[in-house]
Amino acid sequence: MNPGELQAPDIEWAALSPSLIVFGAAIIGVLIEAFAPRRSRYPAEVFVGIAGLAGAFAAVVALAAGGHATTEAQVAGMGSLAVDGPALFLQGLIVLVGLVSVFLFAERRLEPALHGQAVDSFAAQPAAVPGGKAEAAAERAGHTTTEIFPLLLFAIGGMLLFPMANDLLVLFIALEVLSLPLYLLCALARRKRLLSQEAALKYFLLGAFASAFLLFGIAMLYGYAGTVSYAGIADVVSGEPAAVDAGLASTMGNDALLLIGGAMVTMGLLFKVGAVPFHMWTPDVYQGAPTPVTGFMAAATKVAAFGALLRLLYVVLPGLRWDWEPVLWGVAIASMVAGAVVAITQTDVKRLLAYSSIAHAGFILSGVVAVSEDGVSSVLFYLSAYSFVTLGAFAVVTLVRDGDGEATHLSKWAGLGRRSPLLAAVFALFLLAFAGIPLTSGFAGKFAVFRAAADAGAMGLVIVGVLASAIAAFFYVRVIVLMFFSEPKADGPSVVIPSPLTMSVVGLAAAVTVVLGIAPQFFLDLASDAGVFVR
Amino acid sequence: MSFPLLTATALTPAIGAIVTAAVPAARRTAAKWLALLFSLATAGFAAAVLLRFDTGDGADRFQLTESRSWIEDFGVRYELGVDGIGVAMIALTAVLIPFLIGAGWNDADPKEGQTPATRWRPTQGFFALILAVEAMVILSFAATDVFLFYIFFEAMLIPMYFLIGGFGDRAGEQGEEGQARQRSYAAVKFLLYNLAGGLIMLAAVIGLYIATADQLDAGTFSLQAILDARASGDLELATGTERWLFLGFFIAFAIKAPLWPVHTWLPNAMGESTAPVAVLITAVVDKVGTFAMLRFCLGLFPEASEWATPVVITLALVSIIYGALLALGQRDMKRLIAYASVSHFGFIVLGIFAMTSQGQGGATLYMINHGIATAALMLVAGFLISRRGSRLIADYGGVQKTAPMLAGTFLIGGLATLSLPGTGPFVSEFLVLVGTFSRYEVAGIIACSGIVLAALYVLVLYQRTMTGPLKEGLEKLPDLKVRELAVVGPLIGLLLFLGVYPKPLTDIVNPAVEHTLSDVEQTDPQPHVPEVEATRE
Repeated sequence: MNPGELQAPDIEWAALSPSLIVFGAAIIGVLIEAFAPRRSRYPAEVFVGIAGLAGAFAAVVALAAGGHATTEAQVAGMGSLAVDGPALFLQGLIVLVGLVSVFLFAERRLEPALHGQAVDSFAAQPAAVPGGKAEAAAERAGHTTTEIFPLLLFAIGGMLLFPMANDLLVLFIALEVLSLPLYLLCALARRKRLLSQEAALKYFLLGAFASAFLLFGIAMLYGYAGTVSYAGIADVVSGEPAAVDAGLASTMGNDALLLIGGAMVTMGLLFKVGAVPFHMWTPDVYQGAPTPVTGFMAAATKVAAFGALLRLLYVVLPGLRWDWEPVLWGVAIASMVAGAVVAITQTDVKRLLAYSSIAHAGFILSGVVAVSEDGVSSVLFYLSAYSFVTLGAFAVVTLVRDGDGEATHLSKWAGLGRRSPLLAAVFALFLLAFAGIPLTSGFAGKFAVFRAAADAGAMGLVIVGVLASAIAAFFYVRVIVLMFFSEPKADGPSVVIPSPLTMSVVGLAAAVTVVLGIAPQFFLDLASDAGVFVR
Repeated sequence: MSFPLLTATALTPAIGAIVTAAVPAARRTAAKWLALLFSLATAGFAAAVLLRFDTGDGADRFQLTESRSWIEDFGVRYELGVDGIGVAMIALTAVLIPFLIGAGWNDADPKEGQTPATRWRPTQGFFALILAVEAMVILSFAATDVFLFYIFFEAMLIPMYFLIGGFGDRAGEQGEEGQARQRSYAAVKFLLYNLAGGLIMLAAVIGLYIATADQLDAGTFSLQAILDARASGDLELATGTERWLFLGFFIAFAIKAPLWPVHTWLPNAMGESTAPVAVLITAVVDKVGTFAMLRFCLGLFPEASEWATPVVITLALVSIIYGALLALGQRDMKRLIAYASVSHFGFIVLGIFAMTSQGQGGATLYMINHGIATAALMLVAGFLISRRGSRLIADYGGVQKTAPMLAGTFLIGGLATLSLPGTGPFVSEFLVLVGTFSRYEVAGIIACSGIVLAALYVLVLYQRTMTGPLKEGLEKLPDLKVRELAVVGPLIGLLLFLGVYPKPLTDIVNPAVEHTLSDVEQTDPQPHVPEVEATRE
């Protein structure tokens, strides 16, 4: 090919429509911010967000119905994006999680009205010094940060690309597209501004660190394979390079580059997953970020990152299986044990859920380690179960409030079951699902990943898993004890009656938790149909 | 397909739980009656199960079977079916629950002077939770799919946990707050012990699935399918695998049962909860553990069961003696009964692992009789405690002077607990001992000392509380009310009936025991004439 000549890329627009729709909606959101009058921004943004995500979900369903998940699975965008079962399944899940998150973001009945205006959980003027004059002025003027919606949509768009990425550069770009809006969103809490900004800064610094690792790893893998495409690298790994790049002849096929590069890329992804030892950011960020953002991040980022991790390990590095498997064993065990043990000492609900998410990352990894179709589908199923429980749990956290905003300290939750039995019962349901009690979605998911792991001969991992589950059960149960068996304190928090937005989120999450626990067959079928990666 | 009788039996209390929970806060009494009604309807269905169950010679082992696909992906089917043991256990459960509801009629009322919050409905919750436990217990007795069993075995912990932690008998030593702390400690201890056991079992359940998937066409959890495959030689577990799996199952059941040394949750749980809940724990829920040893440990892992027999028998003996000794040392009535139960569970496990038809038949009868006897004793103790507001034995004395009926029923319950001839438990204890002796003489002899100790702790309890000079403050102690008498009377009648005429029960149980035994004793045909056996070994 003549270097000066540009070849028009051949893009399969339809196959990529879910992410394109979301990006389109995000851009419309930005335009609304730029041109629409302040008053009409909120309804317009909410509408665009919901419409865009609903459209994207319809596109995913249409693609899946058209067989793109199975027989018609293809590699699109000149080899850089894969449209296959796992990608579509995860996209569908991410879009749903995003849709539900829009509801949480749009909630305006939790905070007491300021200067006669309903406000949401986000700062009026994020750039202002916390507690300063500019902030007070912004609040008086009734400003609200409606940018959250386009930011959310961009993050979702990045997440949709992440599990599709079939090319290391796309992987990196998707990572950045999903991360940057999240860093911003973390800093936007209306209450506890300093904590929120600290969380954002920590997330940003550590995230940048992880991105650097990933990028460095990509460079090494390029040096090793002479290409950044997954299929190309896999070919070199299996010893059948398509072509040897003359400029890279000295490094190509150098196993040291492959091992270090592969490890670094995996590290970058494990950071997003929040697995030990790359979990340091999780508790602080989960605690500091506005709770709707935490819920979204905890659910959707995990889904997207596990999708990317699965594809990387199963498509690019299956040839290195014997090298990465023991490492991931270690990571899985460390995550399960450390997450469960450290969670015991937590006194803040959000931090508790953060450590529990680390333990869950470990459980999910034990399905990843299985390296089988069952492993993939069990991970997909676990992610769907987990993400809705997580969203529901954080939605409940937004409702328990006292004078300082959300009352996240556990001692304040004492006796909640007496004051609001229904809400406490729903939260208990989520906790039991986290703990993996039968008849909840958590159990079905746990059983699926453990079975896949045991099937692949990782019985040791299963045993550590059940032991860690027993430890984890302890702190979930502790919260239940606190809610139901302790006397309520006189100055305890109250449960705000939210708008139908949050209520529908909690209701939906509870319904999904029960349905996936009692009748999971349909979703298991869906997940097992989606268990094969295209190459 | 015929009417799904077993599902109906389990579904009735489940629906009852939902209905009861939905009763508005102010209509407490309606909730109680609804709960009673549903439990009686369940008992009606259980009676139908009993009648439909064929005890004839050529009858199938598992009857009233139902089979529906549930989670195909996991190889799980909704498979129900009962053998004689299952029928007997379902009957026990269904019979006891109405009495427990009657006994706990006022246990969950809001405290005096406390206006109930509009949305907090403890009374409704109490009865709904009891019914929920009943539904899950019945399903676990009826499940012939290992996974299905596991689900209910685990899930019943949750309502049980709320029953223990949420409702106390307001008779502790440390005042309101201290008692709430004790109670939630007991509830958490209960849950963690059982959950840990259950999770270990989960690993074993997965292991079993993998093993069957390896050797059969597809992985299965169906008990019948696994038994068939083993009988036909299609499925042969490696010795090591079988032992590990056995251990996984056995630990879970031993915690549930509970066996020494994992029994420590029981005294806490029984001591802190109200009397009906304590009965629910020991007479109903814990029986799932011993029942499952018979059905799953012996049925699925016969060789490993034989391998483990010496250890299990030792643990059972330790439980018998240790439980009895600790019962002797208790100051708290309910904890005393709890330790007595530990001792009795030792007998049950001893009977099961003696691997003789008398031993296992006796163990099954023991489960039933112990359930009824403990219920009688514990419920009367509960009535007594609710009158005085104290669980301490030292706070009582001479009660028979003011409340003769109470003392009388307490005595009969106690005598049944120490297995006096003429009461049901005697028959079962005797069978267990004979069955054990015919194979393990020394164990049989040691176990006999449990009887002596039982006599001691029961009679000393009676002597201290009921006889002697009347303790101060008990002068106006009211005797049993009609409701209380209506609860205890039939239980005592049942105990006496089963003591004199246990045949209806043995007729149902024996064929199932023969089946279980034939699962285990493939290599060692055990003669059923113990006299001959006793002279040989």
